[in-house]
Amino acid sequence: MAIAATIRIQEADFDVAQEIAALSKGRTDVGAVVSFSGICRGSEQGEPIAALTLEHYPGMAEAEISRHADEALARWPLQGLTIIHRFGRIAPGENIVLVVTASAHRQAAFEAAEFLMDYLKTNAPFWKREESARGTSWIEARDHDDAATARWTKS
Amino acid sequence: MKLKYFAWVRERIGKTEEIVEPPAEVRTVGQLIGWLAARDDAYAHAFEKPTVIRAAIDHAHVKQDAAISGAREIAFFPPMTGG
Repeated sequence: MAIAATIRIQEADFDVAQEIAALSKGRTDVGAVVSFSGICRGSEQGEPIAALTLEHYPGMAEAEISRHADEALARWPLQGLTIIHRFGRIAPGENIVLVVTASAHRQAAFEAAEFLMDYLKTNAPFWKREESARGTSWIEARDHDDAATARWTKS
Repeated sequence: MKLKYFAWVRERIGKTEEIVEPPAEVRTVGQLIGWLAARDDAYAHAFEKPTVIRAAIDHAHVKQDAAISGAREIAFFPPMTGG
């Protein structure tokens, strides 16, 4: 049976434990739940930062994440999928992103979560700006993120 | 068509969106970048390295050789850094 992914783009924080529980509560077909939480670090390239501000492209962010969620559901036998991405100002220690995958067995849940995070990094229309004692600056994309995404391309 | 700008592309141009009517010979995303860059110094600064610029037509990523005819909304932005 096809399942629908839960996708939320929001300014507010989220509760990781609650989101994990929501995918397995009351079910006996889920044997594995994998969650990835992306958290704001207190330093960037060795320099302390005060906060990150995430800008996003409303409408496209939902559309792009939905496309990758659909691809993950087509490639792996998932029984549940939740993706949450925050925007706005986020302080060190706060949540930025969450991917939760539920499946009968661990391999599908691990792989789908990693696939989704790699694509979110390089294809979801979000941009991080850091605030530090030196002012604000846009964080630059990293080549190794592109390489991580490329390895999922079917040959 | 409506254009939208994000992150440092938005900051350099100084606006979040605008309506433009490029001439008929501007057919692709890459040509639209060239046409915009020729407008003034702010656009030239935003598009000074065209190969870095990413684009989307109607909420889907496109390459710079993509045709712009029929597009309702075209967005320009730097490489993404979410996640």
